[in-house]
Amino acid sequence: MGNVKEVDDRFKKFGTVSFTSITKTNDFINYLEEGKVMGTRCNDCGLVFFPPRSDCHQCLADNMQWYEVSGTGKLVTYSKLEFAPIGFQEDVPYCIALLDYGDYKIFGRISDELSDNDIKIGMQMKTAVNELPNGQLNYVFQKV
Amino acid sequence: MSKIGIIGVGQSSFVRSYPGSIRELAFEGFKEAMQDAHLTTKDIDASVICSAPEYDKQRSPAGVFAEYFGLNPQPTFYVESLCSSSSMGVRLAYALVKSGLHQTVAVVGFQKMSEISSSESQERMGRGADIQWESPFGTMMPAYYAMYTRAHMQKYGTTPEDLARIRVKAATYGQLNERAVYRKPITLEMFSDPEDRMAGPVASPLRVGDCCANADGSSCIIVAGEDKARSICEKPVWILGLGAATASVNLAGRDLFTGLTVAQNAAKQAYDMAGIAPNEIDVAEVHDCFTIAEMMAYEDLGFAKPGEGKELIKSKETYIEGSIPVNVDGGLLSKGHPIGATGGSQIRTVVLQLRNEAGAIQVDNPEIGLVHNIGGVGLYGNVTILGR
Repeated sequence: MGNVKEVDDRFKKFGTVSFTSITKTNDFINYLEEGKVMGTRCNDCGLVFFPPRSDCHQCLADNMQWYEVSGTGKLVTYSKLEFAPIGFQEDVPYCIALLDYGDYKIFGRISDELSDNDIKIGMQMKTAVNELPNGQLNYVFQKV
Repeated sequence: MSKIGIIGVGQSSFVRSYPGSIRELAFEGFKEAMQDAHLTTKDIDASVICSAPEYDKQRSPAGVFAEYFGLNPQPTFYVESLCSSSSMGVRLAYALVKSGLHQTVAVVGFQKMSEISSSESQERMGRGADIQWESPFGTMMPAYYAMYTRAHMQKYGTTPEDLARIRVKAATYGQLNERAVYRKPITLEMFSDPEDRMAGPVASPLRVGDCCANADGSSCIIVAGEDKARSICEKPVWILGLGAATASVNLAGRDLFTGLTVAQNAAKQAYDMAGIAPNEIDVAEVHDCFTIAEMMAYEDLGFAKPGEGKELIKSKETYIEGSIPVNVDGGLLSKGHPIGATGGSQIRTVVLQLRNEAGAIQVDNPEIGLVHNIGGVGLYGNVTILGR
């Protein structure tokens, strides 16, 4: 067993079905486990990223620090799915959406707790970590 | 500056499930274009093969097709930009001929969507965008375009009925196109009947009737330099303008949700290169993978001001008799959308229009035509302007 290398595949825990397991942004998962949704900011030029990334295209540095998504964002648009791809059928119906935080935007799901009538474009929402029934982790947009 | 022309066009019928292999399917479009151009295989000195490879079992189809088409030992290129692959292929062919590296290039687009099972197709559908940060939420193409629909409705008061009118137009012409996969009529009433399939929910606010039909199909466009085009072709159609652009794959990287920046950027490049304005276009083919996509195309291409696309369809200006006929071959909505073949099929329709050979769907004597072809959800955009 001495030759078996440990593989850091933490990202497989993201979302109902994750299609990625290995990424330099794997710490995102540890932060989710701590209840935090995090993006990255370039230490060299200050550019802010969500989703988080490990390389800055502006200054080409790989010197990132994590920042926590906080406060509220404005609901830009959304759609309620009545059909879903393989692996997501149990979740139907659900809403995917985009929140605008000013410096960055976040793509994700709207919390199941909101009814259709509660959802209005332009409303302020917050982003919160969510544990899925299958034990996976994602984040959802909640009413403020 | 010498011109670059299109000397032959072809396409297969677009069908639900093609009874043959991908090389046989691709040969149908190639054969028709070769016969149209009166060429033999020794006249073609390079091929460009275009598709979205996730539907193929065959690895690297370009080499397989080159042999099947009788195009050995000429070189072949493989081009992929999702649903705009074959427009991108024509852009590459233009560059190859313009550079002098090749003289006559066959661009073959194809997709056999039925090559994989419907469950495999459903699985791939979920991987159509940013697989790391979007797909784990359970995304699919109609839902992304539905997000654009919702934003367009919110900002401009566009209604589901405005979108349904686009589907009704597509079906009007799909009935006349013997190569179309969907040839039945569709009425506005079907959308207001909750029991009707057209009104069934997919991803709100988009309904079944707002979505294009999957299909198997192939297309072929043969591109040549001016001297060659004039010497062998009675009615060459010239490539007057080309535009191509990209945008962020993750919607989080975008600022506009009522139009596609790739279409706006590609259109500006193509209009500038051709030295013409939107009101000079006589006939257009736009990428109506969903009804909202055609509505946004009207506005992104400058046929209507932002938010006023709905007036264009309400007044039937995009019908054959209107001021700017759009998708009078049935569009992706009724003709069908075999991903890699779509751009070539759109170009074929416009070339036949400019040659006055479009039969039942012929627009009155058009001189300049436009093709708008989008890959992914506004990830890639190509605009091609053609003239006779």
